Amino acid sequence: MGGIPHDHYEPKTGAEKWLESRLPILGLLYGTLMIPTPKNLNWMWIWGIVLAFTLALQIATGVVLVMHYTPHVDMAFASVEHIMRDVNGGHMIRYFHMNGASLFFVAVYAHMFRGLYYGSYKAPREITWIIGMLIFLMMMGTGFLGYVLPWGQMSFHGTAVITGLFGAIPFIGESIQTWLLGASAVGQPALNRFFSLHYLLPFVIAALVIVHIWAFHTTGNNNPTGVEVRRGSKEEAEKDTLPFWPYFVIKDLFALAVILAVFVAIVGFMPNFLGHPDNYIEANALVTPAHIVPEWYFLPFYAILRAFDNTVWVVIFADWISFGIIDAKFFGVLAMFGAIAVMALVPWLDTSSVRSGRYRPMFKWWFAILCVDFIVLMWAGAMPAEGIYPIIALIGATYWFAYFLVILPLLGVIEKPTTPPATIEDDFNAHYGSKAASDSSAASPAE
Amino acid sequence: MFRKLTLTAATILGLASGSAYAAGSEVHVEDFDFSFEGAFGSYDTNQLQRGLQIYTEICSSCHGLKYVSFRNLHDEGGPSLPEDQMRAYSANIEVFDPALFDGEGDYRPATPADRFPEGGDPNAPDLSLMAKARAGFHGPYGTGINQLMRGMGGPEYIASLLDGYHEAPSCAPEDFDGYYNTVFASGGYPDECKDDHGAHMYPGSWISMAPPLYDDAVEFNDGHAADVEHMAQDVAAFLMWTAEPKMNARKQAGLTGVIFLVVLSVLLYLTNKRLWAPHKKAAKNKD
Repeated sequence: MGGIPHDHYEPKTGAEKWLESRLPILGLLYGTLMIPTPKNLNWMWIWGIVLAFTLALQIATGVVLVMHYTPHVDMAFASVEHIMRDVNGGHMIRYFHMNGASLFFVAVYAHMFRGLYYGSYKAPREITWIIGMLIFLMMMGTGFLGYVLPWGQMSFHGTAVITGLFGAIPFIGESIQTWLLGASAVGQPALNRFFSLHYLLPFVIAALVIVHIWAFHTTGNNNPTGVEVRRGSKEEAEKDTLPFWPYFVIKDLFALAVILAVFVAIVGFMPNFLGHPDNYIEANALVTPAHIVPEWYFLPFYAILRAFDNTVWVVIFADWISFGIIDAKFFGVLAMFGAIAVMALVPWLDTSSVRSGRYRPMFKWWFAILCVDFIVLMWAGAMPAEGIYPIIALIGATYWFAYFLVILPLLGVIEKPTTPPATIEDDFNAHYGSKAASDSSAASPAE
Repeated sequence: MFRKLTLTAATILGLASGSAYAAGSEVHVEDFDFSFEGAFGSYDTNQLQRGLQIYTEICSSCHGLKYVSFRNLHDEGGPSLPEDQMRAYSANIEVFDPALFDGEGDYRPATPADRFPEGGDPNAPDLSLMAKARAGFHGPYGTGINQLMRGMGGPEYIASLLDGYHEAPSCAPEDFDGYYNTVFASGGYPDECKDDHGAHMYPGSWISMAPPLYDDAVEFNDGHAADVEHMAQDVAAFLMWTAEPKMNARKQAGLTGVIFLVVLSVLLYLTNKRLWAPHKKAAKNKD
């Protein structure tokens, strides 16, 4: 695969030949598992395995939870407590599933920002990136739908707020909101269909993950230098790569075990740390929580949603030019989805000829600010929308859009990149060679 | 570059998450040292039994525990009542059974399989999950990791609230509804006790629950002190157990899991090192 010359599967035994001539599944597995992988991949390339594991974990725990859960407004909350108290091991299964969502988003954000730094989205990997963005959207949908199911206070009122976003769409918004909820307000129809979709979407994600892997197995992995694997001959390619099994499987499993140790510590010792106490109160339409806060992984985008209120001049201008069709609420919704859309379009917004951020002296700084910006937005999203916080959120949101729409296109023109190594082999040798060891200990200021 | 960024991000997140949810609570919650705090903390059986007694004699006249079954009182790690005591306890309580009396329903003595009845007062919330519903989740004070070391704040809140009744400030009208409590933030508040900007001049607010505890309200078999502060902590600990009955098992599983994964990590680290060694050595020789 990947146009990288490599060994192909040769069936040896009679049984293998019999199967392979009817269904070439062994060859497919061999090709997938033995794919030539750039040998200089660093520790930011482990998140894919973490994500695959987490998806499996979520599906496995989720299937068991469904066996004991009741999607009914009068019984959902009690059925979750039934799982927590009466089902064998139910409390661990539920806490794994609940915190598994957080692990999923920690990993996906690390995975995405790795891609943004090393230019993994650039040609010829645009499709991989786009599929990844679709997976991310599906994950956000699934995470939100799942949060509704325990039918706590935050589930209920969060649903009202999030579906209310669709209600902000001009003319057809209210109809869409009613269509989503199956009623004019959050209630039994909403809970039932959210349950159904929460069960469906993970399998859609699993299918997209297969396409995601298929896509980057076609182009080959990116790597920290952004330099392509040499494809002139098998010997040449083998100098740049090692097979995925066993080299990267073992490396990734080691990283996974370390991450899971932290994860299991959180599940075991502070499983509610990332949750909200209000969700241990059964949903009550008549009592609205003081602060409706989404889960932490939505906070950056929630901050962008709230940043554009009717005191911001672009919002006022949009309102005026559209004769009031684009009001502040709708503008916020557009901004939130726009923040994800600009990320999806980054393969075409980044004009630099150099792929990896490692060789882009100016880009490095702008990217670092983007990472800080993401954290600041997350923090601003958790704060009440008053005082200084909306201003901080507005600055953060502005930088987010500026990075993708202005800075990245301009940087490609004005920046003078440094020269990447000629081959992956050179990078690997430089990193592990004897010279590298003495270099790094001297910490040369001239660098 | 990435390593630095990740570390910075993790630090900022760790610092921010603690303060993020703390905003808006002006009341002071005392940080009690409960036996079940920390990675190795577990419930104190005697304390849970005292808490059960306080709940039974005082709280249960208005509040319920609808998610807790009587058989749970016998569970290891909980109040651990001997089976005969647990059966006797449940037989003393009447529950409504809709199947009795030809489907019209009637009261009968509870069996261990029954759940605690709902409270008699419709305005009194069910207490099963109160310790988690009122938790800070990020610790009563400061940053997030405190939750592991000092508890998640729910039992602290309950104990502080039960011990938080004070004489109303003189600014309040005599006939103002409720009872002044310095820890309860979401109750009524008389306009007379606000300053010119509408800010509250005294902490807390007026809660509709009358002070439930008074010194020696219950008599413990083991002769344990029955002053309000001790009783408040005992019943708070009991309510932590009703909210999180599987806590001991969970921490045990967490510890086992972490130890297993640490050992696995070390083995995989060594495997990985050995696997890559020839290739890294070759790189060294070439350079």
